[in-house]
Amino acid sequence: MEQQLQQLKEEALTKIQEASTVKELNDVRVAYLGKKGPITDLLKGMGKLPAEERPKMGALVNVVRESVTESLEAKMMKLEEEAINAQLEKEAIDVTLPGRPAPTGNHHPLTRVVEEIEDFFISMGYEIAEGPEVEKDYYNFEALNLPKGHPARDMQDSFYISEEILLRTHTSPVQARTMEAKGGSAIKIICPGKVYRRDNDDATHSHQFTQIEGLVVGEDIRMSDLKGTLDLFAKKMFGAEREIRLRPSFFPFTEPSVEMDISCFKCGGDGCNVCKKTGWIEILGAGMVHPNVLKMAGYDPSVVTGFAFGMGPERIAMLKYGVEDIRHFYTNDVRFISQFHRTEA
Amino acid sequence: MLVSTKWLNEYVNINGINPADLAERITRSGIEVDSIIDRSLGMTNVVVGHVVECVKHPEADKLNICQVDVGDETTQIICGAPNVAQGQKVIVARPGAVLPGDFKIKKAKLRGEESNGMICSLQELGIEGKLVPKAYAEGIYVLPEDAVPGENALPLLGLDDTVLEFDLTPNRSDALSMLGVAYEVSAILSQGIALPEIDYPTASEKAEDLLKLRVDATVVNPMYVAKVVKNIKVAESPLWLQNALMASGVRPHNNVVDITNYVLLEYGQPLHAFDYDRLETGEIVVRHAEKGEVMTTLDDVERKLNSHNLVITNGKEPVALAGVMGGANSEVHDGTTTVVIESAYFAPSSVRRTSKEVGLRSDASTRFEKGVDPNRVQEAAERAAQLMAELAGGEVLAGSVIFDELDKTAERITISPDYINSRLGMKISMDEMLTILERLRIPTQAINGQLVIDAPTRRQDLKIREDIIEEIARMHGYDEIPKTLPVSESTPGGLTPYQAKRRIVRQFLEGAGLYQAVTYSLTSKAQAQAFALETAPVTELLMPMSEDRSVLRQSLIPHLLEAATYNVARRIDSVALYETGSVFLGEEEDGLPREVEHVSAVLTGKWVDHAWQAETKKVDFYVVKGIVEGMMDLLGLLEGLSFEKAVIDGMHPGRTAAVLLDGERIGMIGQIHPTEQKKRDLKETYVMELNLERILSAETDELLYVPVPRYPSISRDIALVVASGTSAGMLETIIRNAGGKLLKDVKLFDLYEGDKVEEGKKSLAFSMTYFDPERTLTDEEIVKAHEKVLKALTEEADAQLRG
Repeated sequence: MEQQLQQLKEEALTKIQEASTVKELNDVRVAYLGKKGPITDLLKGMGKLPAEERPKMGALVNVVRESVTESLEAKMMKLEEEAINAQLEKEAIDVTLPGRPAPTGNHHPLTRVVEEIEDFFISMGYEIAEGPEVEKDYYNFEALNLPKGHPARDMQDSFYISEEILLRTHTSPVQARTMEAKGGSAIKIICPGKVYRRDNDDATHSHQFTQIEGLVVGEDIRMSDLKGTLDLFAKKMFGAEREIRLRPSFFPFTEPSVEMDISCFKCGGDGCNVCKKTGWIEILGAGMVHPNVLKMAGYDPSVVTGFAFGMGPERIAMLKYGVEDIRHFYTNDVRFISQFHRTEA
Repeated sequence: MLVSTKWLNEYVNINGINPADLAERITRSGIEVDSIIDRSLGMTNVVVGHVVECVKHPEADKLNICQVDVGDETTQIICGAPNVAQGQKVIVARPGAVLPGDFKIKKAKLRGEESNGMICSLQELGIEGKLVPKAYAEGIYVLPEDAVPGENALPLLGLDDTVLEFDLTPNRSDALSMLGVAYEVSAILSQGIALPEIDYPTASEKAEDLLKLRVDATVVNPMYVAKVVKNIKVAESPLWLQNALMASGVRPHNNVVDITNYVLLEYGQPLHAFDYDRLETGEIVVRHAEKGEVMTTLDDVERKLNSHNLVITNGKEPVALAGVMGGANSEVHDGTTTVVIESAYFAPSSVRRTSKEVGLRSDASTRFEKGVDPNRVQEAAERAAQLMAELAGGEVLAGSVIFDELDKTAERITISPDYINSRLGMKISMDEMLTILERLRIPTQAINGQLVIDAPTRRQDLKIREDIIEEIARMHGYDEIPKTLPVSESTPGGLTPYQAKRRIVRQFLEGAGLYQAVTYSLTSKAQAQAFALETAPVTELLMPMSEDRSVLRQSLIPHLLEAATYNVARRIDSVALYETGSVFLGEEEDGLPREVEHVSAVLTGKWVDHAWQAETKKVDFYVVKGIVEGMMDLLGLLEGLSFEKAVIDGMHPGRTAAVLLDGERIGMIGQIHPTEQKKRDLKETYVMELNLERILSAETDELLYVPVPRYPSISRDIALVVASGTSAGMLETIIRNAGGKLLKDVKLFDLYEGDKVEEGKKSLAFSMTYFDPERTLTDEEIVKAHEKVLKALTEEADAQLRG
């Protein structure tokens, strides 16, 4: 009987090895371990054995059964794995085919520049102030120390709606309105927006363009505060290694007035086509708020001072991204706008 | 302002300073130098020649064969200029010379005759044609007789010069004169300044013996000086004077006119010269013009005048438009012998107005407009008299004829050094401030620790303390200002809720696949009100530059459609653009239009395009509607949102809906009318326009957490057959109303119109979700609720269950 058992085991193990499908293997299981299988038969025939042999034989049968079961399971796992692999192989795809595009859209480059500037100044504690694009002559000019007939009005040829109403030529009227509304208290604002001037549209002029201005008013605001603020701004916007320089200039609403250059971000100051070989690029105009402007808005200029600055997002975008024609910003060619979808370093 | 460094050197010693360095220093301390012009333009081998012989070319009518003494030899040159003649001293470019425009001069043969160089016109030396004296405009330039053959012609013509072009800000009108520039440069370089010395002999006869003066308009003409010069010989000016004018961009005419222009450039004081005899009356009367009075100015244009125009008259008729241009009737001409020199102060606003009105901006008017130096009016007249004596053989009559009520006192400004330092954030010593003011030649006294300044009248821009702060700062150098930050209470910066939500709207639309556009606010009258959400008067420009940009828009759609057409024309078939911007409606009480921020979009072409998986879907109404719904959901406003069919001009009558928020119309979506599409070369195109201001300022419910359901919800689907015209929205409303509080959600999931339903009918399938947060619903309850829904549908919409 022992011999018979051994033979049975050999036979079963061989069949297990030979089985090549899950079904064949299941047949082997039923054939050897099933209720009608030889091993069950053997166990059933145990009763006929002498009592002292029964435990020994019982153990032997169990060992054989376990060994067959173990082998069956191992083979089953292998076959299942093979089946899965075969299935996966069938499911394989061409990973080099194009992906399904996620919807894309992006900011207009001017909005991108404006928001970048806004976010820097917000981090410095500024608020964003906005105002009407159709303005009163008073806020656009008079409150900014540009009375009627002032020669500096020539600097900005305007679109008038009536004698007293015009399309704002700069975002400065928002400053005048804010000062008037604040009734003498401190101010830290950034004013972005569209502005309009009588210019024929060409590569460098646009009758409509964008401006972003800043205004800080408070006690003891100094010109050095303006310089420090602009220096931080230049480094944030154009790179940590940027240097700034101030040049005297003139704006009716500031005194002293300056223009700010930054060291060229393309050549680092050695001179290239971007900076026209000077090493410097003009970025913005600024100055200390003119006492007349403060006075008109109800501040006492002997106590309260302030600084203001203003720049053109078009110019900044043109410099930063190498755009050669200002009209690109207003033709809304998708091939242009869509280039501004990615992040920058 | 063009500043010849050669001329400048007569007042300030700038020898040995590289023009580029000088320009940089001038720019850094206050006046922007726009460009540096080397007048020699790299020319060499340009010499004085003497035309010894000049005969016609036998083979060519228009050519002359000239024998020219060029110093070291006499050589043959063929010249085509009509004015070349024997005996002239001329400019010769010898072989090897390179003229502007990379024009290389070589030996050549012209119709068989050898030519060893070229006799030049001034244009050929790079001088603009409009600056060349008229006599030489069409031919070669003829040098004075005393020019020496063989000598370098460039210094003789003042072309060994560098000109700095100033880009002057309106405040620095002082630098509209060579003397003003000299003051500035001498301050920058800490150099001395040599002012012109005025000294000339006068006749015993007095000016007032010949000329009478009356000023009627004393407010706008508070000072008038006239000098009389007799026995003038009108001729060409000496070369140095012509050179100085041409370097400054002024065309030489004759000695009298050239002198007035020279003094204008030197002093910044415009002068005018009248022919005394042509004045006829021996009288000058300054008055306002009569309305409708007519005069012909020097440029031979007849001008109709207004009563606020100031005119100089001879007591009978205008002889000059004050401060703007002289009259043709009293112009100095070749035969003039007695000249009246006018030097006056005309009120800036008056000149400005007149010059703008008649469209004449002259060198004179630009200076008067900014206010000339009251203390130079008389001096400039004297300087001109001196030059007429020296250069035109004139005999200056004694004294001047003067009217003078002009205030010439200096502005006194008192300021403390502490105040200056506190405004700049610097520590400049009082001594240094005094040194700076001395360099600028601004008379200053130090009294009790204060700077007491008498601002010179030549510096019209120095009026208040801040002007002095600027003078100190710019001469001290802006590089010296430290970098600090405002010391103040720190304030939390940030966006307002409106601004923050606007950014979210933009991000949402971009995430949905739309690109942001920025279009113009100005549009044509025809487009102004197209697609407008409300009817309002149009805001019009007084003087538009073109009809296309003459009024303010009331909708963003027209320009977005233009952008779509632009892209489609460039074979970008699928366009999805949005814009946020203001529209301008009517007129409010204060005269300003109401500005309302809108958000709009245009979509055309494909919405989904994934070609290799055969997945493409065109943009349709529901794409746009989905965008609006998504946006409103993001803003917490979905609940109050509804759409209702609408008929709007320019829109497809069957595919347009008004967008409502809490029952109020806030915008519209839909397809552009096919005729409009065709007109704009567009295929099926959809738009939306919403009142963004209304949306972003709408109140929303607080965001509060709702417990995640603990009990299951149960879905029931129904397919209904209804009449084709029945709207899904109505069915949904019926279902919601009938479903009771157990009905949590209704979703349309199928729409069918076709063979399988009766003609005139369509089939819609809804999925309904029943749910109770407190417990699991029983079948019975659901059946009951569901039956109620079906009953309502049958009764109210004549709907049948689809078998």
